[in-house]
Amino acid sequence: MATVDVDLPHVKDEDPHHHGPAKGLGRWLYTTNHKDIGSMYLIFSLSMFMIGGIMALIIRAELFQPGLQLVEPNFFNQMTTMHGLIMVFGAVMPAFVGLANWMIPMQIGAPDMALPRMNNWSFWILPFAFLILLSSLFMPGGAPNFGWTFYAPLSTTYAPESVTFFIFGVHIMGASSIMGAINIIATILNMRAPGMTLMKMPLFVWTWLITAFLLIAVMPVLAGVVTMMLMDIHFGTSFFNAAGGGDPVLFQHVFWFFGHPEVYIMILPAFGIISEIIPTFARKRLFGYSSMVYAVASIALLSFVVWAHHMFTVGMPLVGEVFFMFATMLIAVPTGVKVFNWVATMFRGSMTFETPMLFAIAFVVLFTIGGFSGLMLAIAPADFQYHDTYFVVAHFHYVLVPGAIFSIMAATYYWLPKWTGHQLNETMGKLHFWLSFVGVNVTFFPMHFVGLAGMPRRIPDYALQFADFNSMASVGAFIFGFSQLVFIYNVIQNVRAGEKASAQVWEGAQGLEWTIPSPAPYHTFSTPPKVN
Amino acid sequence: MSKAFTLALSLLSTPVLADWQLNMNEGVTALSREIFDLHMLIFWICVVIGVAVFGVMFYSIFKFRKSKGAVAEHWHENTVVEVFWTVIPSVILIAMAVPATATLMDMYDTSEADVDIQITGYQWKWRYQYLNEDIDFFSNLSTPREEIVNESAKNPNYLLEVDKALVIPANKKVRFLITANDVIHSWWVPHFAVKKDAIPGFINEAWVKVEEPGVYRGQCTELCGKDHGFMPVVVEVKSEANYAQWVADQKAMKLAMAGEASKEFSMDELIAKGEGVYQAACAGCHQPNGQGIPGAFPAITGSAIATGAIDAHVDIIVNGKTGTAMQAFKEQLSAVDIAAVVTYQRNALGNTVGDVVQPSAIQK
Repeated sequence: MATVDVDLPHVKDEDPHHHGPAKGLGRWLYTTNHKDIGSMYLIFSLSMFMIGGIMALIIRAELFQPGLQLVEPNFFNQMTTMHGLIMVFGAVMPAFVGLANWMIPMQIGAPDMALPRMNNWSFWILPFAFLILLSSLFMPGGAPNFGWTFYAPLSTTYAPESVTFFIFGVHIMGASSIMGAINIIATILNMRAPGMTLMKMPLFVWTWLITAFLLIAVMPVLAGVVTMMLMDIHFGTSFFNAAGGGDPVLFQHVFWFFGHPEVYIMILPAFGIISEIIPTFARKRLFGYSSMVYAVASIALLSFVVWAHHMFTVGMPLVGEVFFMFATMLIAVPTGVKVFNWVATMFRGSMTFETPMLFAIAFVVLFTIGGFSGLMLAIAPADFQYHDTYFVVAHFHYVLVPGAIFSIMAATYYWLPKWTGHQLNETMGKLHFWLSFVGVNVTFFPMHFVGLAGMPRRIPDYALQFADFNSMASVGAFIFGFSQLVFIYNVIQNVRAGEKASAQVWEGAQGLEWTIPSPAPYHTFSTPPKVN
Repeated sequence: MSKAFTLALSLLSTPVLADWQLNMNEGVTALSREIFDLHMLIFWICVVIGVAVFGVMFYSIFKFRKSKGAVAEHWHENTVVEVFWTVIPSVILIAMAVPATATLMDMYDTSEADVDIQITGYQWKWRYQYLNEDIDFFSNLSTPREEIVNESAKNPNYLLEVDKALVIPANKKVRFLITANDVIHSWWVPHFAVKKDAIPGFINEAWVKVEEPGVYRGQCTELCGKDHGFMPVVVEVKSEANYAQWVADQKAMKLAMAGEASKEFSMDELIAKGEGVYQAACAGCHQPNGQGIPGAFPAITGSAIATGAIDAHVDIIVNGKTGTAMQAFKEQLSAVDIAAVVTYQRNALGNTVGDVVQPSAIQK
């Protein structure tokens, strides 16, 4: 953990040469300020979270009872596909990039990101990517309906025409992510304050540095696979078409070579956030800082050699099954180390339970439950029974919703006073937490049961034996969905008014961002602090 | 879960089979029970680890509160502990992986099968071909549309019933050769613990040896388009004697069908028969009323093909249309069925062409 023994020559007296933000719309269009861009990423992510959430509620409403009530199967498939794409690429990833923009310069004592103009560009192409993707809902034949994993040939030969727009959208998102990642690496490696060695960096910075390398490694693979699809659809190639000598399984290998690191892209920054929050509210230094760094690095490396555990049923040779089973089980070791370290940090601390800490503790418990089901899925013979059932849906929602999403909410509540200068309304924060906590578990826990009982995923209608748990999950989904209105209310209310926050904000908080006033001035650390 | 909540839910949902099944089916084969045991073993390992970790965590949460006067200690590293909780999980995992590997080797041993059946996934039905017998048929969902759209009560096997089930003998090793005709499907029967992707251009293998006769139900488990949720798998396991009888019956039926193909049918007979064929084979895409889905599936009502030259109409049904979801039905439907459905499409669903095609005119 970074020491807070810091010299601060210029905190109150910022360089007078710098001006405040420009006025009007131009401020947001032309801005190169990391805080403005961070805010835009976060607002964008929240909007996408709402759109993807509405789709989830359409899915859950249809699944409330057996039989087709609200939507046709084809539209149902469009909803599952768009929900997945929007949540992964529109909600979770941009939220982490937004947090990185806001916090990384402030945590390493840098005045801004290393490449501010590219920063602006990487944000501003995103809304267009998603406009293109969302517009496909209104095209003849409808939006992509082949699942967020878009397996060929369902997504090529048998796809609706809007697939071309989907491919274009994915290319733009990929370009945005790659630029964001380059920017983060350049910032962290070049712009740390004097004295801040790599092993003194806050864990959020560390996890983002590793995540950025993952992004640069795999986003081009995603670009490659969608380009191969484009060629198959429009230019007569047969990469994935068996009738032309191609290989549909090749698609899955390439996709998951991207896809597995991608799921760690969505969780490693969350590890960083939790590793910031728990020490603050336990008032005790993070246990095992260096093992935390090594654990994240090993998870990242292992993520490149486990991709085919998503494909245990495609008919791989036995030796392939065994290799991917062992490699996947290995991931439990560094992940376990992280959980043990968080618990050890709490042990013999002095804990309080403000809203960010509640979300962080819920993260540790529920993410670990998602980890357990992940371990079960790694057992290849048992995976033949779990694969493509609701057990998998339960698993990845446990790691993504109370995992990634809870960490983003925890981070928002944790740093919001620093951004707005206003203390949190703890009552409303706790209301949001408890509603979300109950909602998430009522939604996703029963999915374990229907999955084990044999309900496949991605079906708009189901056999009667699955009815009870499905209606329960739907009730939970509506509780969870509507409780996010409390979150939006909390954020807006905090931006507008509230008790004045101190620079320190949280009693036990450590790190450079807590040495600058709240709200953080438009320009911070124009002169680097010295970290001893 | 509280009783009040259960009650509230049961009031909300339609009266259906109350079935709160929590766990995986143990299944009906030696292999499925082996897999079930692995599942329970890893589950209990997770439970023990979970109780330990969450136990320490909640103990800390209750004990080391600032409000109770807890003062934070300053240690933040301990190499011995860290090595300990890196090594112990690794040992547990290796212990876990060894039996899992043994089970995998069993699953992959498809040698010395008594019966070989090729399973082919189609959008949205299964085809079963018995490689050593002259048996070849398609298996379609048989749940009536009225049940799906909530116009009549749902029967207990809702969505898990087919017009013709796969039949296999008990106590024989049955090998499945699994492939697909269009997109990727996945053939799954939970009670057999057999799930294998059906992939165009590939033939995957799986096997089963069921001890007890019975009916076992499963579903397609790989998203395969619009009606992915509507292509169940039903397997009927018969005793050896009953199986032999069934095989003989199938052959007799095939002969009888061949005789029908040379018969002349009246228009009304063909239309009556064609309606059933249409609802089973065509309505999934072209819709029960023939209106299709704009942008995805063309309408039959008023279509150029269904109201144009009859040869072209027969041709597209027999041979399909390459590059679209329109399949070739020559393998799936008999000459009688094709003649009936063509006649039906031309003289029903709002079309009034007035002509008839006889089974003898269908060139397959």
